[in-house]
Amino acid sequence: MTVKPNHVTIKGIKDGLVFLLDDKCELGTLLEELRYKLEHSHQNILTGPIIHVDVKLGTRIVSDDQKESILDILRQKGNLLIRSVEMPDSEPAADPLKSLTTMCGIVRSGQVLHHEGNLMFLGDVNPGGTIACTGDIFILGSLRGMAHAGLEGNEEAVIAASYLAPTQLRIAEVISRPPDEWENRETSMEFAFLSDGKMQIDKISNILRMRPDFIAFKGV
Amino acid sequence: MGEAIVVTSGKGGVGKTTTSANIGTALALLGKKVCLVDTDIGLRNLDVVMGLENRIIYDLIDVAEGRCRLNQALVKDKRFDELYMLPAAQTKDKHAVTAEQVKDIILELKKDHEYVIIDCPAGIEQGFKNAIAGADQAIVVTTPEHAAVRDADRIIGLLESSHISSPKLIVNRIRANMVKSGDMLEIEDILQVLNIDLIGIVPDDESVIKAANSGEPTVMNPDSRAAIAYRNIARRILGDTVPLMLLDQKKGMFTRFKKFFGMG
Repeated sequence: MTVKPNHVTIKGIKDGLVFLLDDKCELGTLLEELRYKLEHSHQNILTGPIIHVDVKLGTRIVSDDQKESILDILRQKGNLLIRSVEMPDSEPAADPLKSLTTMCGIVRSGQVLHHEGNLMFLGDVNPGGTIACTGDIFILGSLRGMAHAGLEGNEEAVIAASYLAPTQLRIAEVISRPPDEWENRETSMEFAFLSDGKMQIDKISNILRMRPDFIAFKGV
Repeated sequence: MGEAIVVTSGKGGVGKTTTSANIGTALALLGKKVCLVDTDIGLRNLDVVMGLENRIIYDLIDVAEGRCRLNQALVKDKRFDELYMLPAAQTKDKHAVTAEQVKDIILELKKDHEYVIIDCPAGIEQGFKNAIAGADQAIVVTTPEHAAVRDADRIIGLLESSHISSPKLIVNRIRANMVKSGDMLEIEDILQVLNIDLIGIVPDDESVIKAANSGEPTVMNPDSRAAIAYRNIARRILGDTVPLMLLDQKKGMFTRFKKFFGMG
């Protein structure tokens, strides 16, 4: 097997060309090689009638500017018509299951805080106010209103609050009214989760039992 | 240029009009030039509480629609030379006037008066929007009940998303004995939910009802605890530091001291 720095593969398909761009090398190297291939080594093939081009970036994450710089090189060849660009949907930071957004303020009566992903909220959610997330909800403050975690059906989602005294809790499709016995609990930070489709409450330090995917601190 | 303060609550019947009348009168008592504006069009009653109903010739709608000049519509108070009231119309409804028109009127009033107190109608619709349009500051009135606190919270949210940034809170109609027995919400609990600055607490006092019916604001009666509370609020609006009234009347020395202070 020959190992040579070939980061740009050009393939011919029925109705055009596919540019397979390596997703591991540096972007600069890639651009350089692409430019070289278009202007020198493959010049002959790439002149002539209009050809449809599909660009495949693999798993490389590019910003809009970077994407443009790649396409600009292709556009320099008048006969290359870019038909599609295949790249990962979004940047990893926007991966709703992994990231945690921090917001602060007060969600007052009649107000709705809607968030895609996991949310850390610094402040209170008042009675009549709603906080709704597709992921987990962590409230550093009092939850007196309604909280809905796992909006789109994620039953693994949890709701945690420094002071958990909600009017209603929802996780995925499960709705729970706080039972009366909640009122006389010791005031430690708690979280709500679903266990066998039923809403349960536990101390925040036990959250790892429910969510083994969290990064655990184990000490030395 | 004066300052326009809107008195609002969301819920009806918590004492917006009484509070407006008393704060306005208390400010006049302290020598300020004050104008009270009733924006509760169709359900005016600030004039009744002030005892000025029979002096009304023109109203806010007449001014807005140009049937009279602003000065012609102002009703001068019978007790103070520097206290005026702009009454609402009783025959129209809230849609008879736009927020822009009210804003212009308030702006005009601020030129001649040190304080313009705007009495807001209950609700969060057009009437509320009209009332807050010209205001620089807001006072939210609530009573120690869950329903009133819930509505106050909604109003604060709406105020905060408008041009009025930090509304102040008045907790009205507190009954010390009920708070003590745990039947009434405590002020601490209310503050924890609403999380805004408290500008005064007003004890429940029968003299308020009596005063409202006789068209004489409570604040004129120095024997009433509510009157002292309103006077304290007026002084806090002027920027004085006045300690909160103690609800427990048994602390006689303290109360007397407070009373003395409040009347100062």
